Amino acid sequence: MGDIGKYLGDAGTRAALLDMLLDHVYLSLVPLAVSVVLAIVLGLLCHRFRRVNATLIGLSNVVYTVPSLALFAIIPAVIGTQVLDPLNVIIALTVYTTALLVRPVAEALAAVPAHVTAAATAMGFRPLRRFLTVELPLSVPVLAAGVRVGSVSNISLVSVGALIGTGGLGTLFTDGFRQRYLAPIIVGIVLTLVLALVVDLLLVLLRDRLTPWTRAGERL
Amino acid sequence: MIFADAFAWLVDPVNWSGGKSIPVRIGVHLLYCLGAVLGAALIAVPLGLYVGHTGRGGVVLVGGSNALRALPTLGLVTFLYLVAGGGTTGVLIGLVVLAVPPILAGAYAGVQDVDRGVVDAARGMGMTGAQRLWQVEVPNALPLLVGGLRNATLQVVATASVAAYVGIETLGRPLLDGLRVLDYGQFVGGAILIALLAVVLDVVLAGVGRLVVPAGLRLSAVTPSAQVGAARSSRAQPRRRGEPAPAESGGSTA
Repeated sequence: MGDIGKYLGDAGTRAALLDMLLDHVYLSLVPLAVSVVLAIVLGLLCHRFRRVNATLIGLSNVVYTVPSLALFAIIPAVIGTQVLDPLNVIIALTVYTTALLVRPVAEALAAVPAHVTAAATAMGFRPLRRFLTVELPLSVPVLAAGVRVGSVSNISLVSVGALIGTGGLGTLFTDGFRQRYLAPIIVGIVLTLVLALVVDLLLVLLRDRLTPWTRAGERL
Repeated sequence: MIFADAFAWLVDPVNWSGGKSIPVRIGVHLLYCLGAVLGAALIAVPLGLYVGHTGRGGVVLVGGSNALRALPTLGLVTFLYLVAGGGTTGVLIGLVVLAVPPILAGAYAGVQDVDRGVVDAARGMGMTGAQRLWQVEVPNALPLLVGGLRNATLQVVATASVAAYVGIETLGRPLLDGLRVLDYGQFVGGAILIALLAVVLDVVLAGVGRLVVPAGLRLSAVTPSAQVGAARSSRAQPRRRGEPAPAESGGSTA
């Protein structure tokens, strides 16, 4: 414990930690945001076209099976980025999170009651407006559950990127290991857990703001 | 062309013989994974079944296993390596820790999601707690339980590759070595091997799952409501909350 105090006592260390933390947030949340958009588009395609559904769900199962370290290494070979480019980590995590979210989105859209969409249509809603203002909001609870899982797993996976040069807080693990020094490793683990917790709480708040109707019954 | 280099590395006979060959590393990798999943199952299956059957401690269990999921694998592995002062033990403990949450979640959700009507019927027929658990709840929980084991295996296969960083000879080794000496053929070749191993293992486990799940459940497994996933439990919860709580009885001591 004294070790950690000494480690954190240094102002330079604290500045470096803040940098890594911000890096970590960037590397984990950009993929999350991008994949929410991608998953909504792909989920809509899955919902509308049966064949796309089977292909995409199968593909996303396989993608989700590939270990992160392997995906981080295969992406530069596929798209021609530099091996140590942070973009590799961002793209890999986007691919994972999208794979995770496509199925829940497709299922949530399929679960929207037919009479609700019919009512919207009868009120003169065009397909795009109906999707954005009726079907999509109704699938938010399911989407939010997927996003929460995605955010936790992204925040934990970013660290693996430290092995290929871009890891946010993961750098603390490789540094600590090289110097046989526990303090940075412990600080890294704690910061990762706290970050995951804080982001999760924010996502819950966001979900509740987006779905006021789910709490309507509880107040009675 | 990186893929050509990777292919050349993959088919080079030099990499297929000797103490540091690809087959040896696959073997080591599989041994670590097998040990970790078995160890984790010994801890997590009984605990998950107990909590699912009695309904006690479900909230703590779900919260706890979600928190464990946020644990960075590389941090855990390096931490345990330094604490245990060596490779094998530290890595094995780390792998077990990471394999426990998915198995626990599968066992717990499996038992918890068994139709209350079915369990009540079993009780009405005079089955004791142990009989209900082994003859009704466990068979019905198998699809989710096997799903949990599959997720745990994936997690462990991935982490065992990362653990090559602390010096164990798993399939992560060629990838990390390739990066250190800037041999991108080996780097990507190693990555392809890890990916293949994970996909093949998952397919094998899916097959095993099909064999052990009772025939009567296979039909219902086609409906979306029987799929494993975070989305599912979140949707299932309000439904469960609305149902009457099962009556307390002296029979649930299994």
